Amino acid sequence: MTDLTRLTAVETAVAIRDREVSATEVTQAHLDRIAAVDGQVHAFLHVDPEGALDTARRVDAGELSGPLAGVPLGLKDVVVQKGVPTTVGSKILEGWRPPYDATVVKRLREAGVVILGKTNMDEFAMGSSTEHSAYGPTHNPWDLSRIPGGSGGGSAAAVAAYEAPLAIGTDTGGSIRQPAAVTGTVGVKPTYGGVSRYGLVAFSSSLDQAGPCARTVMDAALLHEAIAGYDPADSTSIPSPVPPVVEAARQADVSGLTIGVVRELSGEGYQAGVQQRFEEAVETLTELGAKVVEVSCPHFVYAMPAYYLIAPSEASSNLARFDSVRYGLRVGDDGERSLEEVMSLTRAQGFGAEVKRRIILGTYALSSGYYDAYYGQAQKVRTLITRDFTAAFQQADVLVSPTTPTVAFPLGERLDDPLAMYLADLATIPSNLYGGPAMSLPAGLSEGLPVGLQIMAPTMRDDLLYRVGAAFEAARPAPVPPLSWEA
Amino acid sequence: MTTTTSKTTPTVPYDEALREFEPVIGLETHVELGTASKMFCGCATEFGAEPNTQVCPVCLGLPGALPVVNAKAIESTIRIGLALHCDIAPWGRFARKNYFYPDMPKNFQTSQYDEPLCVDGYLDVQVDGETVRIPIERVHLEEDTGKSLHVGGSTGRIHGATHSLVDYNRAGIPLVEIVTRPVTGTGAHPAEVAKAYVTELRDILRGLDVSDVRMEQGSLRCDVNVSLNRPGDDWGTRSETKNVNSLRSVERAVRSEVERQAGILRTGGRIVQETRHFHEDTGMSTSGRSKEEATDYRYFPEPDLVPLAPDADWIAELKAALPEAPSLRRRRLVEQLGLSELDSQAMTNAGVLDLVLATVDAGAPAAEARNWWLGHLAQQANTRGLEPAELPISPAQVARVVELVSAGSLTAGLARQVVDGVLAGEGEPDEVVEARGLAVVSDEGALAAAVDDAIAAQPDAADKIRAGKVQAVGALVGSVMKATRGQADASVVRRLLLERLGVTED
Repeated sequence: MTDLTRLTAVETAVAIRDREVSATEVTQAHLDRIAAVDGQVHAFLHVDPEGALDTARRVDAGELSGPLAGVPLGLKDVVVQKGVPTTVGSKILEGWRPPYDATVVKRLREAGVVILGKTNMDEFAMGSSTEHSAYGPTHNPWDLSRIPGGSGGGSAAAVAAYEAPLAIGTDTGGSIRQPAAVTGTVGVKPTYGGVSRYGLVAFSSSLDQAGPCARTVMDAALLHEAIAGYDPADSTSIPSPVPPVVEAARQADVSGLTIGVVRELSGEGYQAGVQQRFEEAVETLTELGAKVVEVSCPHFVYAMPAYYLIAPSEASSNLARFDSVRYGLRVGDDGERSLEEVMSLTRAQGFGAEVKRRIILGTYALSSGYYDAYYGQAQKVRTLITRDFTAAFQQADVLVSPTTPTVAFPLGERLDDPLAMYLADLATIPSNLYGGPAMSLPAGLSEGLPVGLQIMAPTMRDDLLYRVGAAFEAARPAPVPPLSWEA
Repeated sequence: MTTTTSKTTPTVPYDEALREFEPVIGLETHVELGTASKMFCGCATEFGAEPNTQVCPVCLGLPGALPVVNAKAIESTIRIGLALHCDIAPWGRFARKNYFYPDMPKNFQTSQYDEPLCVDGYLDVQVDGETVRIPIERVHLEEDTGKSLHVGGSTGRIHGATHSLVDYNRAGIPLVEIVTRPVTGTGAHPAEVAKAYVTELRDILRGLDVSDVRMEQGSLRCDVNVSLNRPGDDWGTRSETKNVNSLRSVERAVRSEVERQAGILRTGGRIVQETRHFHEDTGMSTSGRSKEEATDYRYFPEPDLVPLAPDADWIAELKAALPEAPSLRRRRLVEQLGLSELDSQAMTNAGVLDLVLATVDAGAPAAEARNWWLGHLAQQANTRGLEPAELPISPAQVARVVELVSAGSLTAGLARQVVDGVLAGEGEPDEVVEARGLAVVSDEGALAAAVDDAIAAQPDAADKIRAGKVQAVGALVGSVMKATRGQADASVVRRLLLERLGVTED
């Protein structure tokens, strides 16, 4: 029998539906795989064998069905799951068991998807390496001494290390796409409002978006379709039909499409190897029948500073609720200290350095007298970036760029240099500010490490990502990680 | 250094203070809307439920939970704005007001900041027969906080408490804030104007049926701003008195603040810009936090909600369907009933005009309704330190008592006993009559014994009457009434006594 962990989600679902294998066997195989390798990868913060096997049994009993029924999945620990510890990679929520399910979780449950457990992440999704997790870093399956990207390094690494064929990530400035790029997997940030945020522990409300992580474009499309759609519980959710992503992935055809290469997302800061793989990818798309043009988005250079005002501002407010009063960590409540002292001590010990850095940054940016110069100005930049996208989409159906400027860097390399760390999201941030969908998919190797191709589309045209992505994937299959550290 | 507290600086009597200084007042009124569910979730809003039973992930601010706007609350706010002659914003956003407080689950309040739903209105109020126009700056919508109970201290305040309990049932109840512009030109009557404004506002809100506007339950709450300046000078530094939770207190809060500030200013002192807390028991306020150390709320547009864009046609519909304004309704009814201007003014001043009109609506003749509310009931309210409207008796109940009297089932004296029974919580008028056995005794046979007893007990009086001094019958009537505990009809008793003594009146 083939190794069940090596199958794609589609292959797994078909095998279960055809009763070639049971969902329980598939689930057990992945639980065993996690037990075998996660000591080295550390993709999971919490594994839930009982919950996973229970869902699998229900699929086997025919109670749950659908295109992904019985397929295992890793859930980023930022997504609230009833009764299952949810820490957001932070000490401040250690031990908290949510009393409710996120909409994404509800949809996964209804689809019969088997949730294996919660994956590691940078604390509160702030980071690009998973090193800011309060529970220790995740290691890149391609090279355990390197970062798996972040904040969703756990989800990407779990998929790359065959611990799960699917995972859910969230992307605020690149937290799905950048890990996908450096782990050689597929990651999609859907259109903002395409997937409900209800039950996602908020980092930056106007930027956060949940999306699929997978090893193939079609797998990602199926997961995308399973979680997307209007949710009345999220006021920013878009009340329109889900773009036909699965159909587009099947179509896998770029003929007749114009692809825009963004001039500003290349050059300085981009490694030569990354640049080279990217140029080859563009050539491949041309060969497949796409028309390629160069487009200019002059305000993209301001995306990074605008992002580091907007996201921390919203975060400073979103994270205020972690005050020890209602849930989570409480430090120093000895009956002598005042409420304010207990709140301060709790937040001082419960939050890590990067989270504090951003809370302070955001608090400052919103403060009276500075608001216009910082938060206000950043919102104007956001408008200009949206205009850049709108103009570029007059010339091209989709835009492309390298997903990240570099391949996976060594663990620890940028930990003491926040600005260097922030640069990892240089190419991914514009889509978050604009709200449109974007995908990263494998585009070969440089120095033996994966390089990602980013595709960006207009809002609610997520289908275009899958159409182009699937065509590219068919022409240039993803490299397979050697996993030489195993055995 | 000059002293700036009322403890050490003598106050100046209200009237005297207002001869020397010009007042500027401002009022911020919070109204809990009477929607069935909360502002941003589906939780119930019932008052007085067990603590923390009307809560969910949204109003508890659990990680990941998101708000959804209650459309009914938007509608109510717009209707309030329209009733106050405001412009309704065609587009607006909620904003987050950030500050840490344990009764606020998210440590920010979802409110409105620079884009309120309603702006630039006014409300006319009558004080001493004159109309004063109160300019309204804004009407906006926000969510209420939970309630903290500080345990172990002597004051019930956080200072000195050993621990605190928090009830989040109130957290997330829609709250409308109505803010006036600074009101100038109130001359000798700033306190009266403030009270008249809140009263009129309460009546409008009640007419709109958007809130139960019960100040004692906190569904209508007031913050009162006061400053004084010498004529010709710039406006003075203002104080903001919070926790003003009855109509009487609105008046008392302004009055005591005028007196306090005048005392400080007269001795060359400086008014501190501060928040003060009003104390119902003493009618005085004490200093709270000073604005100099005020929080920076770091307002920014609420990213979890989409902008509001109320449709112009819908606003026009709401405007057309507004109920008649209480002031217009009052004028119309006063005219219909033929009440004099003087009379209606007296009733307005006593705070009973609406009660009288409602009693008339319930079937009582205007004169009777007026007599009850200006007489016995006004007295009762005064004794209890309540506004007449706060008495636990409804206009319909008063009308029923009037009906019983005119049907001859009650005498005037018995009627007062019935009213007192209702006020004492003994139930509906008919229930009080039944329980207390207060029906008029009109059975002449039953009265005969009492009449005989009275004559036997007071032979001197009986002799005088027999001798023709009919007016002496009063004493005998009195003792019969006493013996029958007031349940006899005095005129019947009088006739029976005279008959028994063989005296005939012409």
